[in-house]
Amino acid sequence: MTLRIGYYPGCSGAGTSTEYEQSTRAVLRKLGVELHEVPDWSCCGSTPAHTVSHTLSAALSARNLELAGRAGFDLVATPCPSCLANLRTAGHKMENADFRAEVSRLVGADCADMADARSTVEVLARMVGPKAVAQRVTRPLKGLKVVCYYGCLMTRPPEVMDFDDPENPTAMDELLAACGAEVLPFAYKVECCGAAAGTVRGDITAELSGRILDAAVAAGADAVVAACPLCQMNLDLRRGQINKARGTVHDLPVFYFTQLMGLALGLSSSDLGIKKLAVDPNPVLRRAFAAPKEDAAGKKSKEGRECA
Amino acid sequence: MRAVRERSGQRPELCYQCGTCTAGCPFNFVYDLPVGRIMRLVQLGRREEVLSSRSIWLCGSCQACTTRCPNAIDVARIMDVLRHMAREAGLATEPRVKAFGDAFLDSVARNGRVYELGVVAGYVRRTGDVFADADLAPTALMKGKLGLLPHRIKGREHVAAIFRRWREPDAEAEAANAAQAAQNGGTSE
Repeated sequence: MTLRIGYYPGCSGAGTSTEYEQSTRAVLRKLGVELHEVPDWSCCGSTPAHTVSHTLSAALSARNLELAGRAGFDLVATPCPSCLANLRTAGHKMENADFRAEVSRLVGADCADMADARSTVEVLARMVGPKAVAQRVTRPLKGLKVVCYYGCLMTRPPEVMDFDDPENPTAMDELLAACGAEVLPFAYKVECCGAAAGTVRGDITAELSGRILDAAVAAGADAVVAACPLCQMNLDLRRGQINKARGTVHDLPVFYFTQLMGLALGLSSSDLGIKKLAVDPNPVLRRAFAAPKEDAAGKKSKEGRECA
Repeated sequence: MRAVRERSGQRPELCYQCGTCTAGCPFNFVYDLPVGRIMRLVQLGRREEVLSSRSIWLCGSCQACTTRCPNAIDVARIMDVLRHMAREAGLATEPRVKAFGDAFLDSVARNGRVYELGVVAGYVRRTGDVFADADLAPTALMKGKLGLLPHRIKGREHVAAIFRRWREPDAEAEAANAAQAAQNGGTSE
């Protein structure tokens, strides 16, 4: 089965989250989802736009929803929850006629063909589904203990995002479990990482991201699995800042969920940009993929003992 | 309170001070006024205190308050509106947060897409904070995570026009009328 959907990569895919962009495309291709990039897409305005003006923010988003709609897509998927929140909020608020009129004036178009924005997590969890994923797994992530970190925006507020449980989402947990990982309960699934405060108030991001890492370690995780370019950057690239500010020595890697799914589906590390992660994931990956062998060896020696 | 109500589409008068928003707010530890207190001050019309609060700039828009409010008030939307009003009043008690937002939107208006390095450069120019994230640069560069050139899209003029129409609604309308008039004039001749 091939699924054709519109695709909105988001600006960070060309910079700080190239490995997310690369692994998203690789995994969806592998699972038979055809992504068609929205022609000439532009920035959604991100957090700065909605903190300055709601109509400006909606107009920057609506331009893209309209481009996707005119390209013939009812649905446009994005890997970035912050883009997703802006795109979905624009669609939601434009149900109000006055708001819609003002946004249309800014866009300079009637905005009658807007596509519905959905996350790539939702596409994988609901349209492809964990069962279909499990059938395609060639290298199960046995022996890898992970916590899934969704970030604050993917499911909240529920009336706008319309996906999964707002406080305890499980879509990513199910996908990773389908790939053979041991997914641990995690109380910080939707707690904020500090978001865009990183550059201007590093103290805030260090504290909030640090709490998430503390909780992941306390849960017994080998790794954190993320689905947001900004969360991942705060937890991974900013690790030195976090450890320094809080006197910790956290060294657990933070993968994009598509990177781990890709490995389980038999894609190579270089297809998934594993090298681009700031915190070295190799010790954890070596342990995870060595685990079945160790098990086999353990069994063998036990049998050996029995024979002796 | 009326301004906040009209601009946010929310009804701040419904807040009965249960404190759920404050209890779940991850940024509360750096706020000067907890978000629940801000809601109360909005109800009381204490404009000055609210708009000069640092909290409204530090809010990360994480939606915890909005998601959990028992009266279904979109509190995060109200925090947005308070920032809009503070900007209009020329107040920015966390000037660096404002500078970052301005630098970001400048980059979008110029290129159509945001250019991360350009945002940092614009932020440094505005604040003189030359050490902003400088410690991340070596790793980001080594990992090929810094786009060294902006991605300019074909439709950047369309994006720039969205910003223009938003900034100067009247000027844009006048320009359109003038263009229309010129065109009409042209055809009649």
